[in-house]
Amino acid sequence: MVRTYLLLAWTWLRASAQYPIPMITMALGSFVLNGLDVAAIWVIFEHTDALGGFGLAEVMFLYGAAGVSFALADMLFGNVDRLSQHIRAGTFDAVLIRPASAFVQMTTDRFGVHRFGRMAQAAVVLGIALPQLDLEWGRAWMIPVMIVCGLVIFTSIFTLGGALQFLLTDAPEVANAFTYGGSTLTQYPLTVYGGDLVKAVTFIVPLAFVNWQPGLYVLDRDDPFGLPHWLRFAAPAAALILALAAALAWRAGIRRYRSTGS
Amino acid sequence: MIEVDRVGRSFTVGRGRSRRTVHAVQDLSFTIDAGEFVGYLGPNGAGKSTTIKMLTGILAPTSGRIEVAGLDPTRRRTALARRIGVVFGQRTTLWWDLPLKDSFDLIRHLYKVDRDDFRRRLAELTDLLDLGGFMNTPVRQLSLGQRMRGDVTAALLHDPAVLVLDEPTIGLDVVSKAAMRAFLGRLNAERGTTVLLTTHDLGDIEKLCRRVMLIHHGRLGFDGTLDDLRATAPGEDSIEDVVTHLYTASPADR
Ligand SMILES: Nc1ncnc2c1ncn2[C@@H]1O[C@H](COP(=O)(O)OP(=O)(O)O)[C@@H](O)[C@H]1O
Ligand SMILES: [Mg+2]
Repeated sequence: MVRTYLLLAWTWLRASAQYPIPMITMALGSFVLNGLDVAAIWVIFEHTDALGGFGLAEVMFLYGAAGVSFALADMLFGNVDRLSQHIRAGTFDAVLIRPASAFVQMTTDRFGVHRFGRMAQAAVVLGIALPQLDLEWGRAWMIPVMIVCGLVIFTSIFTLGGALQFLLTDAPEVANAFTYGGSTLTQYPLTVYGGDLVKAVTFIVPLAFVNWQPGLYVLDRDDPFGLPHWLRFAAPAAALILALAAALAWRAGIRRYRSTGS
Repeated sequence: MIEVDRVGRSFTVGRGRSRRTVHAVQDLSFTIDAGEFVGYLGPNGAGKSTTIKMLTGILAPTSGRIEVAGLDPTRRRTALARRIGVVFGQRTTLWWDLPLKDSFDLIRHLYKVDRDDFRRRLAELTDLLDLGGFMNTPVRQLSLGQRMRGDVTAALLHDPAVLVLDEPTIGLDVVSKAAMRAFLGRLNAERGTTVLLTTHDLGDIEKLCRRVMLIHHGRLGFDGTLDDLRATAPGEDSIEDVVTHLYTASPADR
């Protein structure tokens, strides 16, 4: 799987190198566009010292960690949201006759430099935020763990959205509500939202485990919603369950694929 | 080599009140032995492509059992892919934006073809199908005839035991068509590759196929040799007339 992924991604990357200007422009564009999010947070802190009970560096840390997770998921696997285009064009048939995972073939399709822009932006924010936090180093191990769990959670949501496209051709919009919507939601401390929404993203769509719960551990903060303490260590379990559900849904989707009539 | 046992495939189409079930293939059974060259005929919408898609693991059958090269296509799709070659005349299976050569290199890796075997086979196919002039051209810029030759090459680089082609000569000019036929004939005669092809071109059938299967409204209407086919309509002289006779007669037989 990994080898096939790298092989296909590398082939597309090389092919895209023939058109470097549009690729680099797109990468820069998404870097700048996502930079506007940060600017928005900055503006908020011009008028206040805390957002949902968290200081600027803490908010930037939560933003950066979720941002890196999402950007990685989007860069590596976000392309599954174009599945219905391939189904409608009939090109998905060709994917299925190759001795390689359909998921890998879909996600690597047209891999190019343009996918790195968002990643770079999120990494820069996280890189600036981290040294400004008064981090207890004993808690820092959670940072890579939460980034990986976030990557798995976002990838699973992308995959579920992809699987849905085997059933509904207008699924991309529904799927985007969860992926891009989820990314936006995790940009801020969950305290800016209501308690019901927080429960939903803890127990239903486990977005709270992308950065919020493990983030509370890293920042050594009490849960403002009073949810159990162990939840802040539950990110790997939540990620695993969601990934399993996504894998099953994807397989079921492929089985229900009906191609197109000629 | 190919075993199809009482296979059916239906699709639900439409929404709400106009919702209905289309039986694309019904109760289809046949066996193809290693080394055969079989033509699969049928009018538009008869169920040819649906059959091919089930044989290659693209579509799961709604009922019945299929075995190709010893494998169940739906369950063992990727394993089967290494043993068969597939060509769709209507759509390329190559990577649209990649140069032909890159597509072939990818195939070498994906199918884990030994480097020397790959070089030898590619050289041979390049020669036989005259690919030399457009190896570095992206697939989307190729002419239909060039693309078809590229697709056939891609389907054969891993030296599959079975080659399945869905309308491989559609839209080709007479010269390309003749070249394609000659090539497929040799492949079957010299390498012993089992070939199943669908076509609307009866010339393909007359030149190549020792056995013909005819599907109509999703059911097998005829299965036999070319001579048997002619014998079904003794009054007609040309193969076109014989087939027209069968196309129009077979629904009444059911
Ligand atoms: N994906 C699909 N969805 C709905 N109907 C389909 C689909 N694929 C094929 N059909 C229907 O099944 C029948 C057989 O189609 P097909 O196998 O493509 O015929 P052929 O290749 O012989 O022209 C047609 O009535 C076609 O409309
Ligand atoms: Mg067809």
